[in-house]
Amino acid sequence: MRDVYIIGAGIHPFGRTDGRSGREQGVFAVRQAMADAGLGWDEVECAYGGSAAAGNADIMVNELGLTGLPFINVSNGCATGGSALASARNAIAAGEFDVALAVGFDKHPRGAFNAKPADWGLPDWYGETGMMLTTQFFALKIQRYMQLHGISRETLGRVAEKAFRNGEKTEHAWRRSQVDLETILNSPMVNDPLTKYMFCAPAEGAVALILASEKKVKELGADAVKIASVAVRTRPPGSFEVFSPCVDIGDGGKPTKLASDAAFNLAGIGPEDIDVAQLQDTESGAEIMHMAENGFCKDGEQEQWLREGRTEINGHLPVNTDGGCLACGEPIGASGLRQVYENTVQLRGRGGARQVPNNPKTAYSHVYGAPGLSGVAILER
Amino acid sequence: MSQTLSPIAPDLWTDEPSPRLIGGRLPSGRIVFPMPTGDAAIDVDVYPLSRTGKLWSWTRQDFKPKEPYTGPEAFEPYLLGYVELPNEVIVETRIVDAKLEDLKLGMAMEFVVAPFNDHQSTFAFRPETSS
Repeated sequence: MRDVYIIGAGIHPFGRTDGRSGREQGVFAVRQAMADAGLGWDEVECAYGGSAAAGNADIMVNELGLTGLPFINVSNGCATGGSALASARNAIAAGEFDVALAVGFDKHPRGAFNAKPADWGLPDWYGETGMMLTTQFFALKIQRYMQLHGISRETLGRVAEKAFRNGEKTEHAWRRSQVDLETILNSPMVNDPLTKYMFCAPAEGAVALILASEKKVKELGADAVKIASVAVRTRPPGSFEVFSPCVDIGDGGKPTKLASDAAFNLAGIGPEDIDVAQLQDTESGAEIMHMAENGFCKDGEQEQWLREGRTEINGHLPVNTDGGCLACGEPIGASGLRQVYENTVQLRGRGGARQVPNNPKTAYSHVYGAPGLSGVAILER
Repeated sequence: MSQTLSPIAPDLWTDEPSPRLIGGRLPSGRIVFPMPTGDAAIDVDVYPLSRTGKLWSWTRQDFKPKEPYTGPEAFEPYLLGYVELPNEVIVETRIVDAKLEDLKLGMAMEFVVAPFNDHQSTFAFRPETSS
């Protein structure tokens, strides 16, 4: 397998953009990524992309150009971006192509997601009785975790406080002003213990990444970041996932643990070697639990980590340097690729006010979604 | 409450004086809820579940869900959570006859059929009243 690099990264600002469709935001991101890479659409040899709620990606060729390239639509829920990235990488690693595009975009209506039970293989009563809400799952998971591992409500608040602090420094973020801890803790409860400011909101946005072989990197003299590994995994037996009318007794495995272990193995490094991390923070509790599930700390240590600021931009392990989902919102198809975009920015040293100090060399990203899957990508400079 | 409430779905709980949730036992011995339907039910035995268990996690729904939710038009926050049924399975359920601040990890819970809206009932658990 050949090494694969990211040579171009583009993003359409996250949040709300009236009058511009999700796919148009995707095209915007692709053009920015191509300009960044210094190449044209006719040099892109294959493409993978998709959205959860904003239509097919492949018709972007109408706007980008009818070059005849193969364009594979990816429809993999929250892992749409991660799966597009993994596929684009494999196409180059296998030696078939030298330049590939991975693109994800979305545009969701306001308010919480409302899933249809039948789409998830579940009976209608599960939705009708009001138990099929993603927000509930996150609250139920962190509620138990807090009881078992001594995590306080204040720590949940600190995660959100950090997110908005980082979002203020991030051009592509949606929420760009700080919110103090008291306001976060006292904002309306959504699902106990999680308040309004501890949740991300469905949103809009797009991200595009141009991947290339080493040969192409040299030819272009590109500002390249190496993809050390990508791993996407679905849930193992006994795991506790979103949309589960029942759970097996006993602590089962976790898709995040599987994806994390696989990605570290492929990259040949461990959690202690990572300089910056983007971890799925659908809400404050998710970031806390994912710190442990990805191997960066032990269960319960997050209480101390957050209190000491260890995940701040200038901390021991900066986490969600662009404010994550909490500050950027969640366009499902674009969210996973946003994390990889941010890591690319950080490793290239282009983070500006939010740049992690001391030239970070390794970056980790992790996305989680229904019905129990995780995608991890490790980048190296 | 009225006797005319009909179950929100058939075959969720047994029709007996002290009803129980109806789960399924797979050939592997794994117990699931609800009982699978269609091809997924092949080789799965109907398995009525324990009426009592321990609280595994909980939350309160503080905003009115969008469709397909069919609860009362006038929204009142409601409790829900997971209850671990000993040696069987952990089930997601409404929680009734309790306040948020009453709920504690591992507390004893018992099964009850509860009113859901003006014409339907659903299954729930409540803190155990008798020991």
